[in-house]
Amino acid sequence: MFFTYIYRELRRRHRQALLTALGLAVGVGLVVAVTAYAGGVSDAQDTVLHSLYGVGTDITVSQTQKLDQAGPQRFDMNPGSRSQQGKAFSRDVVRSSPGQQSLSTTKVTSVKSLDGVAQAVGGLTLNSVHVSGNFAEAFSQGSAQPPSGGSSSGSMPAPSASQAPIKVTSYSVAGVDVGQTGLGPLSSTELVSGRTFTASETTTKVAVLDKAYAKQNNYTLGDTIKISGAKYKVIGLVTSSAGSSSGSNVYIPLTLAQKMSDNVGKVNQIYVRASNSNDIASVKKEIKTVLPKATVTTAQDLASQVSGSLKSASQLADTLGKWLAIAALVAAFAVASLLTVSAVSRRVREFGTLKALGWKSRRVVGQVMGESVVQGVLGGLVGVIIGVAGARLIAHFSPVLKATVGQTATAGGPGGTAPPGMQAALGQAAQTVAVHLTAPVSLQLVLLAVGLALAGGLLSGALGGWRAARLRPADALRRLD
Amino acid sequence: MTVTTLRTLEEDSMLYDLTGVTKRYTQGRKTVDALAGIDLQIAEGEFLVIQGSTGSGKTTLLQMLGALDRPTGGSLIYEGRDVAKLGEGDLTELRSHSYGFVFQSFNLIPTLTAQENVETALVPWHVGGEERRRRAREALAGVNLADRARHIPSELSGGEQQRVAIARALVREPKVILADEPTGNLDERTRDDIIGLLEELWRERGQTLIVVSHDTWVAGRASRRIWLDAGKLEAPPVDDRPGAAATAAPVPEPALRI
Repeated sequence: MFFTYIYRELRRRHRQALLTALGLAVGVGLVVAVTAYAGGVSDAQDTVLHSLYGVGTDITVSQTQKLDQAGPQRFDMNPGSRSQQGKAFSRDVVRSSPGQQSLSTTKVTSVKSLDGVAQAVGGLTLNSVHVSGNFAEAFSQGSAQPPSGGSSSGSMPAPSASQAPIKVTSYSVAGVDVGQTGLGPLSSTELVSGRTFTASETTTKVAVLDKAYAKQNNYTLGDTIKISGAKYKVIGLVTSSAGSSSGSNVYIPLTLAQKMSDNVGKVNQIYVRASNSNDIASVKKEIKTVLPKATVTTAQDLASQVSGSLKSASQLADTLGKWLAIAALVAAFAVASLLTVSAVSRRVREFGTLKALGWKSRRVVGQVMGESVVQGVLGGLVGVIIGVAGARLIAHFSPVLKATVGQTATAGGPGGTAPPGMQAALGQAAQTVAVHLTAPVSLQLVLLAVGLALAGGLLSGALGGWRAARLRPADALRRLD
Repeated sequence: MTVTTLRTLEEDSMLYDLTGVTKRYTQGRKTVDALAGIDLQIAEGEFLVIQGSTGSGKTTLLQMLGALDRPTGGSLIYEGRDVAKLGEGDLTELRSHSYGFVFQSFNLIPTLTAQENVETALVPWHVGGEERRRRAREALAGVNLADRARHIPSELSGGEQQRVAIARALVREPKVILADEPTGNLDERTRDDIIGLLEELWRERGQTLIVVSHDTWVAGRASRRIWLDAGKLEAPPVDDRPGAAATAAPVPEPALRI
């Protein structure tokens, strides 16, 4: 009787019932979609941080180079003698990443011995700039300034008409502590093919390449590449977690990197893993005491420096999305309640009659609640479908979000020693990471959605029921409608 | 002495005993005295018609008799219990066990079939599904509507709807059937049908039948009729005195029914 009555009543006013259910569905669907979107943004933030930072890295330590210590880049492109004029030249310059001062490896050991530090590994990031072209025809000491820059891939127009174009290409090299590949530059990458270094390859001329870089330059596994005049065998291909520019192009054993850049016994980046994630703040303080001039960056610091469309997306999810969903939900609850109460008002005689027949108030209220709960469940199910569809849609179009981490992060600014074009060539001052947005829908989220719709049904049912409970059986006789 | 004993006996056998029953409604600042002191006794097995003009308090009196509402003043004894002093739960209990209602506009649940409408009367009794359906079927057959069991009210004529309502009132076999203008929305032929049906059931089952009606033809069928005016009992107008029709429907001998 209970269910038959509910079914019949809802079928009779099916338009209103569907409207109520649909209202709840839209509200709930928005909650699901927005929550999934926010979850996706949060995932994207994690991805960005991991790719900038490396999974398992809690703190990075680097020291910014002082202005006067960074001399202007010189490539010796001026022909040494008149006989070299017009001849082809090719130069490789490998330097520590601009703006980063090298630290002695003993610092790594001292950081490692600090309380709360589980592991500390040194890394050396370098920039290899390859310059090729022809020496200028008209060699004049006074008029031709040494060209000191160029964009990373384009040709640089010669300052004088007689000068041939000079080609400048650059790539980044990271020296990896082969004994600790789990922490350090390689930790932010994923192995695609081949292998990474073994602990014994400290001085073996082997290299791991970024897959995108390898593809761009037609390098494959087993090839030999030339870095600073020496030949290296390609043993593995990796991708940065987010396929971004945050990783290096080439990874080689640390010892070799130190040698080729005159940095023996030195690193410019220390990767630290804390024994307990709660200790990160205190570990940061300790490192600051050991290395007062160093920049100590934690994942949290990095997150606060993230800017770009990812940040906008996260703000959108936090502000607009959340409030939109809440507003829609409140509106749906209000509409459901109003419609239910008005439906009860139109059934005064019906409920009065049932009370005259000896139905307890509780039973009449239960009937009204039952109808509303069915609408709520219906709305919840449709809402989950709307929400999941919305989340799928977001994931399908998967807008690419860009996150930029400011200059104070891993790569320090070159300090104005090179023109802007050169900055780009030598390494980005700010790191930009692009990630695809996803919108994951979890079981909990689905349950939350159904729960919310059910709550909406119960609320409207309670209001309608309260109205029905106040009806007097005498109304069944008096009201003639 | 003898007289006193007789009176006590008579009072004991009374189903209803109303003394100075008043009912006051408050609507905003206006108060309406729907009933202004009713003294009335109704014996078991009576066919009582309550007559009166619109607003005379007939329906209010019926509501009091059917425990739909409590009187504002006076006492309304039904089977030894004062309805005026009963709580909401007891009133509900009384309604579900003792009374069957028939309304002027039938008051069937529009979404339910004739069968299901009859079943609603058994819901307060928590009768099991199979038993409930069987009894509802029987009640419908009792008003010659077995073939209409699966129709919803809008598919039935007015007379048929009122029969369903009567079946709904009878399915619990209540002591008292209370009908509020049961023929008010029906044409003359159907009216004769419905009143005929009620009369027949009353004769067969010996239930107490209380009907509110301003229809003199209906009133003519009753074993007794009372006249209400401005919330008070009045003597019926002289030209409306029951004739032979009243004697045609005598109160059955108490000995014949148990």
